[in-house]
Amino acid sequence: MFQHDRLNNEITLFQKIKNLDYILLISVILLSVLSVFVMYSTDGGEILFHTKNHFVKLAVFFPLMIFVAFFNIKFWHNFSYIIYVIVILLLIYVSFFGIKSSGSQRWMDLYLFVLQPSELMKVAIIMCLAKYFHRLKIENVNSFTSITIVLSIIITPIIFVISQPDLGTSILIALSGLIILWLAGMKIKYFIYSFITFLISLPFIISFLKPYQKLRILTFLDPDRDPLGAGYQIIQSKIAIGSGGLNGKGFLKGTQSYLDFLPEKHTDFIFTLFSEEFGFIGSVGLLILYTIIIFRIVRIGAISRSNFARLFCFGYAFAIFIYIVVNLSMVLGLLPIVGSPLPIMSYGGSSMLATMIGFGIVLSAKINHKQMIA
Amino acid sequence: MIKSNSGIRKTDVINRRMFIIGAAKVVVFLGIVARLFSLQINENKKYLTLSDKNRIREWKLPPTRGNIVDYFGNVIAGNLKVYQLHIIPEQVENFNYLLVRLKNLLNLSDKRIARINKLKAELKPWDSIIVSENLSWSQFVKINNYLYDLVGVKPVMTISRNYPFNDIYTHVLGYVSQPNEQEILENETIQERFVPGMKIGKLGLEKRLENHLIGTNAIQRYEVNAYGKRINQLEHQKGQQGSKIRLTVDTEIQKACGELLNEKAGSISVMDIYTGDIIAMYSSPSYDPNLFLFGISQDEWQLIRNNPLKPLINKTLSGLYSPGSTIKPIVALSALENKVIDTKFKVKCTGKMELYGQTFHCWKEKGHGWVSLKNAMKQSCDTYFYEVARLLGVDRLNKTAEKFGLGKKVLGEYFDNEKKGLFPNTVWKKNNLGKGWVLGETLITGIGQGYTQTTPLQLCMMTAQIANGGYAIKPKIIVDSNPVSYEDAKQSMESGLLFDADSQELLDKKLFIDKKNIKIVQEAMFASTNERFGTSYKSRIDNPKYQFAGKTGTAQVKRISKRERELDLELEQIPYKDRDHALYVAYGPYVNPRYALSIIVEHGGSGSKAAAPIAKKLFKLIIDRHDLRNKQSNFERITV
Repeated sequence: MFQHDRLNNEITLFQKIKNLDYILLISVILLSVLSVFVMYSTDGGEILFHTKNHFVKLAVFFPLMIFVAFFNIKFWHNFSYIIYVIVILLLIYVSFFGIKSSGSQRWMDLYLFVLQPSELMKVAIIMCLAKYFHRLKIENVNSFTSITIVLSIIITPIIFVISQPDLGTSILIALSGLIILWLAGMKIKYFIYSFITFLISLPFIISFLKPYQKLRILTFLDPDRDPLGAGYQIIQSKIAIGSGGLNGKGFLKGTQSYLDFLPEKHTDFIFTLFSEEFGFIGSVGLLILYTIIIFRIVRIGAISRSNFARLFCFGYAFAIFIYIVVNLSMVLGLLPIVGSPLPIMSYGGSSMLATMIGFGIVLSAKINHKQMIA
Repeated sequence: MIKSNSGIRKTDVINRRMFIIGAAKVVVFLGIVARLFSLQINENKKYLTLSDKNRIREWKLPPTRGNIVDYFGNVIAGNLKVYQLHIIPEQVENFNYLLVRLKNLLNLSDKRIARINKLKAELKPWDSIIVSENLSWSQFVKINNYLYDLVGVKPVMTISRNYPFNDIYTHVLGYVSQPNEQEILENETIQERFVPGMKIGKLGLEKRLENHLIGTNAIQRYEVNAYGKRINQLEHQKGQQGSKIRLTVDTEIQKACGELLNEKAGSISVMDIYTGDIIAMYSSPSYDPNLFLFGISQDEWQLIRNNPLKPLINKTLSGLYSPGSTIKPIVALSALENKVIDTKFKVKCTGKMELYGQTFHCWKEKGHGWVSLKNAMKQSCDTYFYEVARLLGVDRLNKTAEKFGLGKKVLGEYFDNEKKGLFPNTVWKKNNLGKGWVLGETLITGIGQGYTQTTPLQLCMMTAQIANGGYAIKPKIIVDSNPVSYEDAKQSMESGLLFDADSQELLDKKLFIDKKNIKIVQEAMFASTNERFGTSYKSRIDNPKYQFAGKTGTAQVKRISKRERELDLELEQIPYKDRDHALYVAYGPYVNPRYALSIIVEHGGSGSKAAAPIAKKLFKLIIDRHDLRNKQSNFERITV
């Protein structure tokens, strides 16, 4: 034990750099570069507001990721609860003093940029639960106390986020939390029961949805019911993707986005633009890039000695996966429209900040994969 | 160890469950790839079409109308470049300032300014507003000089219909103007090619030949954004100008007709007696069709509408007149053909004829004495023709008259305002008026009064068919694809058979039973113009090259009372609308005739004084232009 501790404590900066996961790192860099080009295309082939800001954010958050990575995983383990509490406090702050925009109150002004705490919660919840289950004996995972505790950990932020209102992010937070419960060994029957309960109470839940949310579900079921109104986004998105074909229309030649037929092309529908310009080949390529990233994160989790690192990596890999799936299913017309960004690609500071912090912790786990956490 | 075991077990659980998740992830990702495949590969075509439909929009430009030319190729309805002024609101910095500037520069009315403001509110900011449709050159120059100050203003050059001969051809061509909703709905071609600002034929040949003249739209394909704003032009498809149409008319003669009827109400028609080509067809007074192009002003419209000489009526085709004595050649011919009379048959004219207690007057109160056919025709003796008509009967006269084209439309298919007129018979009266025919009516029918109503063009055709030796012709105003030369037409006519282009058959076009009878009538008409005491003797031309034969006519517009007859008023003493119509029909040259004409001067008084002198002036020009016309006949074959 002593030896291990000594070994880890003596890890040098050089070794840290050497121990970084370069495949993950290169994939993230590739994705970042790609995202700048796509942003450049959304600006109509000019370096305008979105391209500039996206680039600046990458330039700030990418080093931040390395910075995070250079902290020992133990440090992140120790601070997990505190980080979770801080983010909860931010959510509370936002629900009282946040900036309102288009009917929801999610943001706080940090002078340099506008922060959306719910995005940070997507990572914080994984850290918090990973830490909780790290110490918990396997026998106690399914105990009443622990279940009560973890459910409170999950439900608390969701209450704040859903009241903003932000259904998309709350679902993603919930799924990120639940996956940790699953990984930690919660009984399968609990999942099955809750799923059945969820299905039964679905009509009840729907009755609680806001009218625009109901409309989104109706639109998803039949986009043509209002092609110029609620169905417009999804129809135009499908046209853009479908017309891309095998090779795409070419960089900067996506007519759907260039001529403003695509809504939200910088954020939630960024994949649509990418797919229109780069086609099936490009889209599959992007998916492969994401797959590599997810695979690397899982692999880092698998080689980690501590269950905290393992749970975090697995959980975070799943979270990234679920962001991608929700976003792509939405733009491909497989799911109703819920606001959810595509990691790194979408324009949005908070999402990128959270994603980069997540990657940083994963890299920290890689650097310190031999680290045991008591 | 227990703890360690537990730790190992926990790690196993996590790894095992991770594996399940991993497998699920692969399945989901494959599902997404499958969806991408179905959208981008399987349904690519469908979405490409939808994407193009999104981004490509077509703009149709107004088609260019085909030209209408006269027989010699002179453009009589063409197109002219016009200068217009457009405003593109989104480029304007200060709209109100601009309007004030334009108002001063172009003298725009307040109404026009209000209209522009209304259009601005209705249209998208990038749609152009037409401020002025037809700027004069000086206005156009002025605008161009001040262009630096008029941001958002676009001087535009475009094409508009133009009638270079102004009022000369109005009743033949009609005019073009903005279509109304009804007109767009009625004509599929217009519907298909309609663009705002386009003008369509409203009247005459412009209307009838709309589908030939209209031309095809030029099409500009633009890429547009989601808001419909044009981003860039993808393609410009040139439109095709409408067909060029060549008419049989001669502008020089048409112009002369206009001058001869100046300030008078009336009509002149000139026809080729073999081909049926209409050389001139002028209704007086006329009006300038160019006035209608950009919307006629209320004042100008009222001036035309309220003119007592009724310029809006095409008198050649829609004017119905009693033929008066111009019917006498037909009465004579009918009687000869039915062997009721011969050249030796004589009637004693005492100035009147009594029948069942009714008195029928000859125009010459003292009477003509014993007159034969030739003398009766020459002096237009009414008594002679009363007697001939009495012997002939109205039904036999009606048959001959209808054979020669009375009571039928002459150009029916081309002008919807053409009237068919009327030549009565006993059956007609019974069916339409419910009363039996009275012999007295036969008498007045014999001198072209009573129920008979003819259009000037019918009289012209009637004369032409007597002039050509009694053969049916089909008058036409458009040169068809295989124009028959004058000689061919004459030759085939004299062989007695005519090739009919419509039915592709040789038809018997003989209108006579005995050719000799036609000759007798022709000689009588010759005498009427060229022998002493002939009614149009004063208007004769002795030079055989121009010598013509004709028949005067004076049509009463109201019954002459006994008192009026006794007063024997001068023309100037009678109120205008009660004056007789003056008529004259003629053909020439007498030897080897070529052209027939009919002249009507409304309320002009007697035919010999008001109508025949016009023929004298016209005939010289008509004959002089014959050789030119002959040379021109094959210059260009233009199909409708």
